[in-house]
Parts: sequence; C-alpha cells; structure tokens
Amino acid sequence: MDLDLSAPHSTGTTIIGVTYNGGVVLGADSRTSTGMYVANRASDKITELTDNVYVCRSGSAADTQVISDYVRYFLHQHTIQLGQPATVKVAANLVRLLSYQNKNMLQAGVIVGGWDKYEGGQIYSVPLGGTILRQPFSIGGSGSSYLYGFFDQAWKEDMTHEEAEQLVVKAASLAMARDGASGGVVRTVTINAEGVTRKFYGGDTLPLWHDELEPTNSLLDLLSSSVPEPMST
Amino acid sequence: MVKMTDLPTKGGFSFDLCTRNQMLLDKGVQMPPFRKTGTTIVGLVFQDGVVLGADTRATEGPIVADKNCEKIHFMAPNIYCCGAGTAADTEAVTDMVSSQLQLHRYATGRESRVVTALTLLKSHLFSYQGHVSAALVLGGVDVTGPHLQTVYPHGSTDTLPFATMGSGSLAAMSVFESKYREGLTREEGIELVAEAICAGIFNDLGSGSNVDVCVITKGQTEYLRNYQLPNPRTYISSKGYSFVKGQTVFLEQLLLLVSKLVHVEAIFQLRVDEWQYRINWGLVPCLC
Repeated sequence: MDLDLSAPHSTGTTIIGVTYNGGVVLGADSRTSTGMYVANRASDKITELTDNVYVCRSGSAADTQVISDYVRYFLHQHTIQLGQPATVKVAANLVRLLSYQNKNMLQAGVIVGGWDKYEGGQIYSVPLGGTILRQPFSIGGSGSSYLYGFFDQAWKEDMTHEEAEQLVVKAASLAMARDGASGGVVRTVTINAEGVTRKFYGGDTLPLWHDELEPTNSLLDLLSSSVPEPMST
Repeated sequence: MVKMTDLPTKGGFSFDLCTRNQMLLDKGVQMPPFRKTGTTIVGLVFQDGVVLGADTRATEGPIVADKNCEKIHFMAPNIYCCGAGTAADTEAVTDMVSSQLQLHRYATGRESRVVTALTLLKSHLFSYQGHVSAALVLGGVDVTGPHLQTVYPHGSTDTLPFATMGSGSLAAMSVFESKYREGLTREEGIELVAEAICAGIFNDLGSGSNVDVCVITKGQTEYLRNYQLPNPRTYISSKGYSFVKGQTVFLEQLLLLVSKLVHVEAIFQLRVDEWQYRINWGLVPCLC
C-alpha cells in the first residue's frame, strides 16, 4: 500500500459510551491515521462540548473537529440564553442537525454523552447520515465491528462506576488488538453529578489478548542506559 | 501474495512480482501515483519554549527549483509556522493569517496567541476542503505557555510535544521517537531538531540542502537561517575558472557598436570639458 501523506486525516477508531448508575463513561483509543501512516499516536478523541457534555469523535478528523467547534459555540450561547447548563439532549440534537443537514459533505460518526439534572446520565449515538438514537450504551468507529458480540454478552444494566470503567477499558483494548486503525492508549472520561474525571491508560497497563506479545525493552533503551547490562552466556 | 520459501534472503531487488505487475499493466490496471510533498519540517517543545526546523529544498517534480528556500514563515513575533505541501499555498495561507493576526493585535492591543493563528488557519483550510494543499507545523510561545500544533490540508489539527510533516516526516519522526524526552534544554532541542531534519535531507529525495532552525522562547525569538550546511558544493576548482582567449565566438556586429560607443564617449567628454571650462570662468550662472 503506497504511503499517501495527503490522504484525509481520519480517525479510524474505537469509541465507546456506556451509562451506569449515576452517570456515563466515555472511552476511546488514540490513533489518528493518514492513509497507512499514524499521524498522531496519542490523540484525544473525547472532546468537551460543555462542562457536563462530552463527545467521542470518529470519521474524518477535520469534519468532527469543526462540528465540535460549532456545537460548542452554539451551546455556549444557548447556556447564556437559558441561564442554566444545557441538557445532553440539546447538545446531541445540535450535533445531529449539523450532521444531517450536511450529510453529503461530512464523514462523521459521533457518540454524545453527558449528565444533566433532569435525565441523569445519557448516551446519544449520531452515526454517519445524521440519525440520533438514545441508547444505554453505544459503540462506534472501525474497531466497533469487533465489539458487538462482546457487548451483547458483557453489558448489564445498573453497573457501578468501577464496573463500567473496566468494561470500557477492556472493550477498547480488545478492539485495538484486532483493528489496525485503532491503537495507542485508552482515554476515558466519566461524567456524573459530581463533575468530570479524565483517566489515561497507557499501553503497558492494558491487558494482553490472544497472541499479543509482551512488550520488550528495545535495543535503543539498552544502548542509551548509562551502565550497559553485562552480556550473559 | 508470494509463497514463502526457505531460501535465505540475499538482499537486492526481488523480481518475484514482476510478471504479475506486467500482467496487471496489460489488463489496464494503473500503478498508484507517487506524489511527494517534498519537504521535511519538524517542531518540538523543550523546557523554555519551542524549536522549529525545516530543510531548504523546493522541488518542481524531479527538479530542484530552489536550493535554499525559506520554509519557516513568520506569523507573529512570537509565533512561526513551517509549511509543507504546495509552496504557493503555504506561502499564501501563512501570509494571509499573519496579516489577520496583525490586525487582531491592533484591535486587541495584546500579543497574539497560538490558538488564534490555529483557528484562523484551520477554518480557512477546512472551507477549501483540502484543495489548499498546506500542511503546517505551527509553534509559538504566548501568555498561556509554549504551544506546538500540526495543521493538515483538510483542516484537522493535533496538539503534540513533537511533530513532523512532509515527505521526510517518517525519517524525522524516527529520530524524534527514539531520542525525544520531556524537559530538553535549548542546546539539546536544537541538536535534536537538526538531527531530525538531516535524517529527512539524507533519506528523502524530496528534501535536501540546508537546515533552518527557529527557537521561540518567552520574550525572544531566534531565527537561525542556514543553521547547518551539510551539502556544500564540492566541485569548485581552487584555482578558479579560466578560459582561453578566443574560445567564445561573438558577432562581428558587436565590434561596430564598440566603435560607436567610443565615438559617443568622445563627444560627451568634450561637452563635459566645455561645461567645466565655462563654470571655471564664471560663464554659467549658479541656480538655487
């Protein structure tokens, strides 16, 4: 496959959003690819729309960044006019309107998640085309293909926060193991009544699956260490 | 794909797929096009600010159009931008945003911020849907601290501690990935950037010539044009060039012109002398 550095920058991705008893947990991998080259191995695909609503982005990086910027701007105005924090439903619908009305020109599949005082934790899925669908959990991106069966088996209602977080991290690492366009680290964002918590799971903290190799010290690490390890026979 | 054999690899070109490629060409399947952006540009964040680097080769297809062009563009006194892609596009978009930033500085009375430049660039590039082929590494230090961002032709941006763009980006990124660490000093940062650009210069056909470096810290920017010149001309004769007389044939008509010149000169000289004579003898009045 030829290296096309002028290919549109896309987030071949795994994005996940789950509700639990008290809020939502959003998770994503961190790989942004340009054709076959990884343009950014530590990108942040979970973007803030308001204090209490975040969005997971997949598809074209440029399209989803622009949509997030517009929706953040509209929500900011809306919050000022309303006099209280915007609801997750309003945020999701603003995303949906932009996505649907420009469906011919955009390539964006997003998951909007957040918490508000009326409905608690909510997850809204807005895939390519601009449908809006409220779901107890949602997956998206190229890596999601490998997670449908997993979630059918592992999902249950009314999880605790720890259970939800572990589920998201496990699912993301499974998808990253099988999908070439997903990889890097796992980032999660928890949104509940108390506020927002960001977590980071580096490559070495993620579990290894079938046939995945243990990370080994590269020769470079050994070369750059001040005292070289003695040769062993 | 090719069946794996047990022969030890000998190196050199493997001709296994040539028959298949020929068959595909005969069927009408075209080879994928090979389009280079012909550049290596890099940036990294060190403890006091950012260091930007670029090579200096501008290509027109297979020809080197400019051996020493400037790819690090001025955006604001505290913000510089390296550009890869179509030279006209990078030049035009950075000039345009630089002017917009200046107008913004006049309106607000404050030093420009990197996010302002970033937003102006990304909204322009997005509205042209990737047809403005400018891939940029934007770096600067403002009141909120040091920033380094990459901007892609379609309008997406990434914030990174170290970044490379252009056809030589893979060679430069390999240097950064092995040697970058947080909290580099200024000297270490410059050295690492120069090394990454050299990796692009020597291993990428679209990059070459010299290394330009730009160091931006709080309150001070240093543009080190031609920081390294690792490709000097090596075939200049130390004695200089000398040509035997009569080696170049020139037209006979030229000789006529020479004689005409002499003629005119003589007249002019006479006139000047006449004037001098008249001035000396007070025959020409002075005018204020």
